[in-house]
Formats: sequence, C-alpha cells, structure tokens
Amino acid sequence: MPSLGTTFGRGAATMPQWDLARSDVVLVMGSNMAENHPIAFRFAMQAKLRGATLIHVDPRFTRTSAMCDIYAPIRAGTDIAFLGGIIHYLLENDLWFREWAVPYTNIATIIEDGFAGPEGDGTFSGWKEEETRYGTETWQYKGLTVPSPLAEAWMETGGDFAERVSHLRDGPPPRDETLQHPNCVYQIMRRHFARYTPEMVERITGCPRDLFLRICEAMARNSGRERTGAICYAVGWNHHSTGAQIIRAGAILMGLLGNVGRPGAGMLALRGHTSIQGSTDIATLYDLMPGYLPQPHALRPHGTLEEYLKVETAPTGWWSEFPKYAVSLLRAFYGGEASAANGWGYDWMPRIVGDHSMLPMTLAMDNGVMSGLFVMGQNPAVGGSNSKLVQRGLAKLEWMVVRDIAETDTATFWRDGHLIRDGEMRPEEIGTEVFLMPGSLSGEKAGSFTNTHRLVQWHDKVVDAPGDSTSELWFVDELGRRLRKLYAGSTRPEDQPIINLRWDYPRDEEDEPDAEAVLREINGHRCADGQLLSTFQDLKEDGSTACGTWIYTGVFPEAGKNLARARKADGPEGPGTHLGWGFAWPANRRTLNNRASADPDGRPWSERKKLIQWSEEKGEWSGPDVPDFPKDKRPDYQPNWEERPKGVAAHSGSEPFIMLADGRAGLFAPSGLKDGPLPEHYESVETPATNPLHPSMSSSPAAKRWDQQDNRLAPPGDPRYPHMLTTFRLTEHHSGGTPTRIVTTTAELQPEMFCEIPVELAGTLGIRMGDWVVLATERGEIETKAMVTSRLRPFRLPDGSECHQLALPWHFGWAGFATGDVANVLTSVVGDANTGMHENKSLACALRPGRLNRVQRPRREAR
Amino acid sequence: MPRRTIPDRAVEFLREWSVPRQMAGQDHRREAAESAMARHGRPRTEKADSVGTSICPYCAVGCAQLIYAKDRQPIAVEGDPSSPINQGTLCPKGAATMGLMTSPMRLDRVLHRAPHATEWREVSLDWAMDRIAHLTKQTRDESFVGDAPDGTRLNHTMAIGSLGGATLDNEENYLIKKLFTAGLGMVFVENQARV
Ligand code: SF4
Repeated sequence: MPSLGTTFGRGAATMPQWDLARSDVVLVMGSNMAENHPIAFRFAMQAKLRGATLIHVDPRFTRTSAMCDIYAPIRAGTDIAFLGGIIHYLLENDLWFREWAVPYTNIATIIEDGFAGPEGDGTFSGWKEEETRYGTETWQYKGLTVPSPLAEAWMETGGDFAERVSHLRDGPPPRDETLQHPNCVYQIMRRHFARYTPEMVERITGCPRDLFLRICEAMARNSGRERTGAICYAVGWNHHSTGAQIIRAGAILMGLLGNVGRPGAGMLALRGHTSIQGSTDIATLYDLMPGYLPQPHALRPHGTLEEYLKVETAPTGWWSEFPKYAVSLLRAFYGGEASAANGWGYDWMPRIVGDHSMLPMTLAMDNGVMSGLFVMGQNPAVGGSNSKLVQRGLAKLEWMVVRDIAETDTATFWRDGHLIRDGEMRPEEIGTEVFLMPGSLSGEKAGSFTNTHRLVQWHDKVVDAPGDSTSELWFVDELGRRLRKLYAGSTRPEDQPIINLRWDYPRDEEDEPDAEAVLREINGHRCADGQLLSTFQDLKEDGSTACGTWIYTGVFPEAGKNLARARKADGPEGPGTHLGWGFAWPANRRTLNNRASADPDGRPWSERKKLIQWSEEKGEWSGPDVPDFPKDKRPDYQPNWEERPKGVAAHSGSEPFIMLADGRAGLFAPSGLKDGPLPEHYESVETPATNPLHPSMSSSPAAKRWDQQDNRLAPPGDPRYPHMLTTFRLTEHHSGGTPTRIVTTTAELQPEMFCEIPVELAGTLGIRMGDWVVLATERGEIETKAMVTSRLRPFRLPDGSECHQLALPWHFGWAGFATGDVANVLTSVVGDANTGMHENKSLACALRPGRLNRVQRPRREAR
Repeated sequence: MPRRTIPDRAVEFLREWSVPRQMAGQDHRREAAESAMARHGRPRTEKADSVGTSICPYCAVGCAQLIYAKDRQPIAVEGDPSSPINQGTLCPKGAATMGLMTSPMRLDRVLHRAPHATEWREVSLDWAMDRIAHLTKQTRDESFVGDAPDGTRLNHTMAIGSLGGATLDNEENYLIKKLFTAGLGMVFVENQARV
C-alpha cells in the first residue's frame, strides 16, 4: 500500500473501524461497504444517525448507495478525475483546513525547479521513454534527495545515495509558508488540478455536475476544527492500473481537510481477507520481509549487510532505526548461527532481481521457469487475472501442492478447468503432479489474524478439524523439519541457509506446533536470557536482540501475556479506544498520526474532536489512545541543526508524521511512487474512451504491461469491444469462493454466476432476464446468465458517445455447490506501476446473447 | 407420536392463543408471550462442554466469534457480544461459519493426482509429506543459483513458488516466509494482497 505510505508514512488504515461512528461525513468510494463489509458499515450508519452525511460514489447502484444520503454514479476507472475535481474545488474556493495543512503537510515545501506536471504531453518530468519509467530527480524537495518512506528507501539517483540523503540532517527542507513560491507544493497542486474543473469532471466521469458539487460542499462543510470526515475504500480503488494513485488522491484530499490522526477522521482501507493486513505486515510477499523491511535486491547496492543498511537507513524520521529491525530479524531467522562475523547471516538471504509478484509468476509458470508451486488457502484459477493463462501455467508445472479446506478450482484445473471444457487439452495431456491436502480453520487451530485496521486478534483451538486436516503451521513446520533432515550435513554453500535456520518450535501433545511460541518469536526477545520485549525501542543493532516483526513488538510483552487474546472492550462510558481489546500495531496505537489531533501548540483543535494533547504538568502527550509521537517531546521542540540531528530528533515538536523524512504528510510525494508525485487521470489500459486531458497519452505510461500471445490487449477504442466491464463481490460469497461455494446456506442464497446488464443495452440486444449471454475479451469468452438491471446506467464518454457498463461477480468457478464460469477468463495480466496490482475493475468487452459451443459442460451442470 | 385429532388441536390452539390471556390480564411481553415452543425451547449452545474465542475466517473486518463445542465438535458459532467491532452480530458470511466448519464438502483425506491421471487417489499424510519434501529439495537443487555470471550474489531459486497467506494466521505467514525465503531461497512468494 504505497499510497498511504508515501502520504502518511504507513501503508495501513489510519483509523479503527468503530471510529467511523464519530465522523461527520463518510465518503465510500471504490467499495460497496454495506454488502462487502457489512459489520463495519454499521459504524457509518451510526454516524448517519448522529447527523453525518454519507456519500457513495460508484459505477453501480448498490445497497451502499441506497443507504447513503448522496449517490453519485461514475464511469469505472475515472475516480482520479472525480477526486481531483474535489481537490480543485477546495483549493480554488479556499475551503481546505489551512491551519492544519500548512504546518502538518508538505504543502508549503518547495520542489526542484525542473519539475513539470503532465499538463502538456501527459507525462510528468523525468519520463524515460526508452526505459518506460520515471527518474524522480525533479520531484525532489529543492536541493535535497528524500528517501522513500516505503520498504525500500533506496532509489536510482546516481552517485552516493546515502551521502545525498544525509543532507536532510543539515536543516529543514525549504518552505514558503506564504504559499507564494511558484514551485511550492500548493502552487504546483493549483496548476496541476486547474484542469479538473466541474465541467471536466462531468465529461470524464459522467457524473452530473450538480451532484458532484453537492459532494464537494458536503466534504468541505464537514471538515475543520469542529468536524471531521473519513474515506472508506476497498479494492474498487486498488484494482486499476492507476490504483495506487487513486488512493493517493483520496489521501491528499484527507490531508487538505485535516482529516487524519483525529477522531472520526482518516482513510479506512477495507480489506478482503481475514488476515490480509497480517500477511502484508509479516509479508508473504516477494519484495518485503516482515515489518516492511526490503528484501535484498541483486540490482541495488545490497551486496553486503553493511551496504544494505547504509542505503536503506533513512537519516531522518523513524526509519533511521532501520538497522535495529533488520539485524534483529536476521537473528530471529538464523538464531545462534547468525553472528557479527557472518553479517548476522545476511549473505544467506536470497536476492530478488525484479518483479516476482503474482502476474509475473503466472508468466513464469507459462514460460516453464517455475516447476513447483505451493498454494495455501488461495484459489488462483478463479482469483488470478487471465485465468486461462493461469490454468495453462498450472498445466506446465511438474508439481503443485494445494492446501485448502475443500476441493478447489485450482486443485482440479486438470479435470474440470476451462482448458478441458473448451477442448484445448485433455487431462491425460497434463503432466502436473497434484497434492491436495486438507487444511484447517480458525477454531480448529490457534493463532492470530490482523484485521483491516491493524488489530491483531487471537483465535483459540476449540474443535478438531476433520480427518487428516492439518494447520499450515504444522505443514510448514513439518516440511521444514523434513527438509532440514534431508539437507543435514551438507557442506555446499547454497544449503547453509536451510541448515542454519533456527527451527525448533515445540509441539504439543497433539503434535501441533505451539503458535504462541511463534508469536513470541515475532514479538522479539533479548538473546542472552530470552526475556520478551515490550517495545521495539528496546531492539538493538548489535545482535543482542531477535525479533521477527518489529512493528508487532509488544503483542507478547511478557511470558503468559498474549495481548492478541486480550478481550476487554471499553464500556458505554468510554473512552471507546478499546485499548484492552486485542493489540493494534504499532505499540497498540489505534489512530495513527494522532499527534495531529492537537494543534501545533499541543492543544486539541476543539473539545468535540480531541484525542491526544500535550500536558505541561506531566511533560508528556496523553489521552485515551497511545500517542503516535515520542511521548515526552514538547510541542515547541526545535531540532538543533548545528548538531546534525538524526531520526525523529530532526523533526520539530509539531511535525506529526514520524515515519516520514520531514515529519509532514506528503501531499506531494517526492519518492516512493513510480508513476508520478501527484495523481493524474489516465484511462484504464483497455477502454472505449479517450482521455480528454491528453488524448495522445490516454492511459498510464508507467502501467505494467505484458503483451504476449495469450495475454493480448485490445487497443483503446477497439470497436470489437465497445462496452466497459467491471467486476464486483457479493455479500454471500468470499473472494475466490471456496469458503462460501461449499457452504449450503450461502450457496443457496447466491447459487450461480450472472452478469449485470443495463436495461437499455439488454433492450438493444434483445436480452431478457435469465437469458444466456456470452462475454468476450481478447483473452477469452465465458457464458453466464443475464441479470437485466437499472443499477447500471449508460454513460456519455468524453467524446459524447454513449457507453454501457457491465458488471460481473467474480467468485465463481466449477467447484462447490454454487458454480459458474470464471470471470477472470476475461481479464488481462496488466498491473499498477507501483504495486503490480491487476486491473480488473475496468476493461473493455463484447456481449452477445447465446451460449458457447463447449466440448464438455461442467460436471455439476451435466447431472 | 400419534396423529393429533382436530379437537386436540383446537384445544391446544386456544391454550396457546395469546389474546385471551392478555384479556385476562397477562402482560403481553411476559406470560402472554409464552408459547409451548418458547417453554420447551433450549438455547442451542446449552449442550456445549467448551467455548473458545475465535475470529471470523472471512473478511478483514475481524468480527469476534464464540465457538461452542461438544466432544471437540462445533455445535454453534455465535458473534461475540463483547467485541467492539461486531457487538455480537455477524454478516451472512460470518453467520455461515458453522456451515463452513461442517460443510459436507470439507476435505478430510490427502489426495494425490499422478501426472496424466484422470482421477484422484487417496494417500497417507506421511507419504505426501515425504514426497513433497523430496520434490522440493530436488527442484531447489536443480534450479538454485548462487551467483550471477557477473558475480552478483543471487542465492535464490526461481523454480518454486508459493501463493497464499491472506487467509492464514500471522504465525503461519511468518513460518512460510522464514522457511521459503530465508531457508530455501524462493523469490516467488506471494499472497492475495495484490489480488
Ligand atoms: S462477519 Fe462478515 S463483516 Fe464480520 S468479519 Fe465475518 S465476513 Fe467480515
């Protein structure tokens, strides 16, 4: 989540869900919250009962729209134009929260002279056409180089990176608090967003101007000292080739309105899977190690631990502590075998060489680079973009281990998949050896999940899973034990990492590894005596501490005290931060950046919106939440630049964003984003529309494209694919569908796949409710039933022509009780420049009545 | 049970009918609201011999649940009323957790599909673990690259991938990352965070 990271310092939701009840305006966008996060939506409804304005902006009218005060329809993939329009409105009418944003954001900071926006040719300054990427030199603060606050601080700058960024310790970045300097962020933003007029918003998004302006007014009216607002978003924002920049636009909006770090304010990322936040924090991701530390990269100056620490340690801001976290992680991984002499085992770590995310992984299978695959609780045959390409890739593997609670679509691709049905392959031709192993659920094993607002919550083992089911904890531990036996005694250098891994997890009487022992390793301890640590401030760079994930330190502060299992919520008398329920990383803070809930002098902005404040008597920050700021740092503290201060000592007492180099929210992001320091509207990679802002650079130049034989993209405006297609989720089903398609109740409620088709288009094509229809893109065709509805309405494209949008739920496949074709057969492998996130929320497609001519019908249907 | 006659039913209906009892002065929220069903109904969690705290396995809202069990089998999954997130409620998915745990489609044996086979066969857990460990080692050993031709340290294998994590426990994610990345040198380790 680089967007929130570059803006506020951490890539996670800034507020707890229950805090929405205290908002005065809630903008739900890129999310159908009432249907997909229904229990969280209760808090928005509570706010509404207290008088808050609820707004829903979405291509589809849903039950969220029905519950909101204002619903605005937009064409899929035009969110940046809409949000950019609101930013334009606030700046031009001077309705932003100036007293908050001038001191707390980089709006007054001066940017390099060479910076130029995309107003002309559609690219920001620094675009390298041959390399299809940006150089970020001109995006920097004037005269400085600012390291990225995300996992990898290092950037391609030429010269000695560490030396360049060290100048942040010489003095504060240049600012003009009068906001007059032509290259201060305020003036750059005014020029940039000048094009996002209400007329342009209407032209691009299709949202009527008056409706758009009502939303601008509601946002502005409900922000300031006395009032706060929140944005709730989900993958309706992420799943675009411009996904990270859409979220950036939302974050900039919140930054301008002073809506972060305060009660009822913030960005609430609504995530889909129970522990998707946890699996990002303790990253099962190729580029991150636990705690947002960068995976060593072969093409960066990461050769030795010394070099790695040198370029990845930020001179100012909290990330100056980086070496402590990195060394402690290596100590947790390699235990006693890690020593100062061997760089704490750094050399044993693998180096990445590029993008190894899901989309390139799909191609690696297809191209024969990958021959073995573990799939644990995921269903890529349904959830992966360009599903037939995924299935072709699976068919080329030598072996695959699928671990899940039921027979998944992925596990049975060789028998029932689209390749078989479409007559492309027979099972006998597929050489993949497949293992399908039963896994277990929460309740059948003990462990913790981290929810969408960073709350770590424990679940007990209460019951036994059926038959031979085992937890992933057991599986990975067992596999580790067996592999270590196989490798024991090897002297080959490449076998040393596995041999030297610290792998000694105790098992209980049922042969289950002790999950609490693993959580204690994640929490961290002192190596000498095993003493558990209660704060990451006790971690050391000298190898005397071991810690699996520094941001989780404190979750298990002493023996027998598992705070993830803490179950003491606040009563009706408050304060409502529920510090005794679970553990929220970091340091049990519930609202991030909460220093910003007080004014620069440390006083609450208003009685109604107070949270953390400076107490002169106690000499510390206090309030009902854990301060996200050095506890005893006075609001009037000023760095002594003579001493070249380091870390947060280089931030003044009124710079609340401790993770960022300059302590201020990044409205303008000098580093960390690969497709621009400010969000710009680009059309999706496949679209019937042309971008009126820069027709010759219609979609994002930096988006990742993999144009190859079986992943072809339709050119913009291709007449064969005249409709826009978006995908969505249903209340009754979950993501790839396995855990709901096998449940009788949920399968009965939503028994099969369908396609939402606007009434007008259905009329033209002679399609009636329940008819079979075929949808087609360059990647493939699927058949499904028509759901003719007025929830989708026709739009005018920027050139005035009419366009229809179709919408597909994407949970279905052939396994389980509730079945249907895989929506992702239609989507392509194309990704966001920053995250590699796929673009499944807006693409171009064709629609016709009828069915496909299939070799084999899915089993269930044949019966 | 013998078939009830029509007069029996009439008598029972009259006895159960709340209106006459209300007219006779019973409180419509108390005595008069009671029926035979209410009198004989028992809480579905009553037979539980244990209860544990749990978290909904579906979305990331993180609703807390109470799992009631008898003889180590689930008998009910309820929203935890003390949770500040869900205050006892669950959405249609969360409320389906019991159905998920006891689904007739749950897998309980290890299945193996040999190359080119058209059907599964059942195998033992131990056999599968053994074979998976051997395949992992073999693929890793065949594909491991220590240094690039120019001497750059790589120390990795691109031939084995791992997908998944977002539905798993933090502790499980940690072990996956530790074994696969730090131990085996796999670089293709991903989960649903980008999906
Ligand atoms: S009950 Fe519903 S809203 Fe709550 S965590 Fe489960 S799926 Fe999400």
